[in-house]
Amino acid sequence: MKRIVRLTLGIALLGAGAVHAQGTLDAVQKKGFVQCGTNVGLAGFAQPDSRGAWKGLDVDVCRAIAAAVFGDATKVRYTPTTAVQRFPALQSGEVDVLSRNTTWTITRDTSLGFNFVGVNYYDGQGFMVPKKLNVKSAKQLNGATICVQPGTTTELNLSDYFRANRMTFKPVVIEKLEETLNAYYSGRCDVFTTDVSGLVSTRGSRPNPADHVILPEVISKEPLGPVVRHGDDRWFDIVKWSLYAMIEAEEMGLTSKNIDQASASKDPAVQRFIGATGDFGKMLGVDNKWAFNIIKQVGNYGESFEANLKPLGFERGINELWTKGGIMYAPPLR
Amino acid sequence: MVFVGWYFVSNTLRNLDERKIATGFAFLAREAGFEIGETSGFAYGAADTYLRALGIGLANTFRIAAVGVVLATILGTLLGLARLSRNWLIARFAAVYVEVMRNIPLLVQLFFWYTIISESLPGPKDALTPVPGLFLTNRGIAFPVLHYDPAQWWVLAALLAGAVIAWRLVRWAKRRQAATGEQFPALSVGLGITLGLSLLVLLAVPHEIDRPALSGFNFTGGAALTPEFAALLFGLVIYTAAFIAEIVRAGVLAVDRGQFEAANALGLPRRRAMRLVILPQALRVIVPPMTSQYLNLTKNSSLAVAIGYPDLVSIANTTLNQTGQAIEGILIIMLVYLTISLSISAFMNWYNRRVALKGARA
Repeated sequence: MKRIVRLTLGIALLGAGAVHAQGTLDAVQKKGFVQCGTNVGLAGFAQPDSRGAWKGLDVDVCRAIAAAVFGDATKVRYTPTTAVQRFPALQSGEVDVLSRNTTWTITRDTSLGFNFVGVNYYDGQGFMVPKKLNVKSAKQLNGATICVQPGTTTELNLSDYFRANRMTFKPVVIEKLEETLNAYYSGRCDVFTTDVSGLVSTRGSRPNPADHVILPEVISKEPLGPVVRHGDDRWFDIVKWSLYAMIEAEEMGLTSKNIDQASASKDPAVQRFIGATGDFGKMLGVDNKWAFNIIKQVGNYGESFEANLKPLGFERGINELWTKGGIMYAPPLR
Repeated sequence: MVFVGWYFVSNTLRNLDERKIATGFAFLAREAGFEIGETSGFAYGAADTYLRALGIGLANTFRIAAVGVVLATILGTLLGLARLSRNWLIARFAAVYVEVMRNIPLLVQLFFWYTIISESLPGPKDALTPVPGLFLTNRGIAFPVLHYDPAQWWVLAALLAGAVIAWRLVRWAKRRQAATGEQFPALSVGLGITLGLSLLVLLAVPHEIDRPALSGFNFTGGAALTPEFAALLFGLVIYTAAFIAEIVRAGVLAVDRGQFEAANALGLPRRRAMRLVILPQALRVIVPPMTSQYLNLTKNSSLAVAIGYPDLVSIANTTLNQTGQAIEGILIIMLVYLTISLSISAFMNWYNRRVALKGARA
């Protein structure tokens, strides 16, 4: 609560001139790091490991941006945000980019004053129930008590779904993910609902994952991706192409392991990608080896997926490259 | 001041405009699209507007604050008097209670109660039934209620009629005592008449009882206190009562010892001495700090967010997040709490003037 008030005041007090005169890129370069808004802790997407270093698919986007801007993927500071805090944090300028499994919707893209740069995980909303309830389908959930996080698209989809199917439910709405999960695991709710990735991730970090089942119904489209503020196209471009460089690298077969040998490649596309020829870096306003640095230090999209999500039991599914039957697709880097 | 205010407002609007963030209160009329767990008896669905959703949140805040203030006052007064008791055990118990409860942060207490309720109580399928019809589960406390029938309004009428009779009885007894010195237990008789009358009427009108029963996932029928409401109420009452106990104790101790002795000398029994001599004087000291406690309790109810009770702050948080209009959301929260606080202050000031020493303010 206090945080929200502070962020709101931030919006009110922020000198209008400060942002206007210098873009986010200048501000980031001046302070020497990227301030990245992340989840407070969602295994596989953004969570500090045992040594306190942030790890995850969303975290890798932050690191890629830092690699592009500074040539050093470690120049990131993380601001963990709850579902409710995340938008004021970005609006007020407390964070430079929000990489926090956030669904791209028209409302957020327009009236909140944001730009979604792309999608780093295609998701959909699902339901998880304890196995002992013996529920096989979401259609059997009439009258159930459902734990859900406030201020999410999940909350709205849930109401829509139950209205469309003429069923009723009792929501239990708690801001902190931790407390929401406690409520579910202690039996306060029959059902926990969020994006399927979130369900898999939380279930995977339980001692006995087999006690909970994820129902087959996926009730919504949830394209998750990084977000920046409206009105700073240069920064928008940098974040967007940092993400796309990771996807493009996977398609080109460039990985953190083999990118050093890529300079010997005869392929002109590879030469352009690593900045040996062409001037994509200059066009973006960063170092010409920006994409090389991203892949060298962070890895391509497939590597990031492999390292962060595979151990938790995630399948690539529709997040596979378009060339391999998925829908991950980067516009051409040329 | 005006200039600073104007600067803030215009700068904010310019910032918001520059970032193309929507402003204004038009969103209040839009469809909210989210469900609310408990609605304090009002009708609400996801198809209703944000304004209505906020109204439900406000009603939930009022409900917890009203029940909380009454219960905290009763518990606090009992504890305060207990601490003054000549019985060593009772006095010590009250002292320990006050010291422990007021020194544990409220948020911790809320989590404690919420965990107790949701972890230790069983699921709906094997509910505890201490009394038939009453079900204790981790979904809350389900209990039977009267099935509504329009004729039941007569019960309320009977209650009012009984109250009027009791009031006249008390006035008559006072006059008679003033004139003849004879006493009459007007209060107990009046109460008996009131309750007896309402009970008679209740038996005369349709009175079907709606019992909770397990169906599907949960109990339906009857009424229920949710774990969130119960935990918040326990936490607020138990915490605030510790402060109220100290205020009551201070108020009673502030009355000069001579007053006790004088009452004793007149032969007044201890209980009557308390009621007729000590408390009226103690109230002068008690009322002003009590106002602060009532305000605290009401404002502390916003900690509901932490355990998922849908109070005003919780709903406003959701609203400002769905619409992205943080400034408007926070403004609404501030205005509502300011209004509630000023209203409580105004009421307590009026009450304070009533119990204050007449002429003392001159």
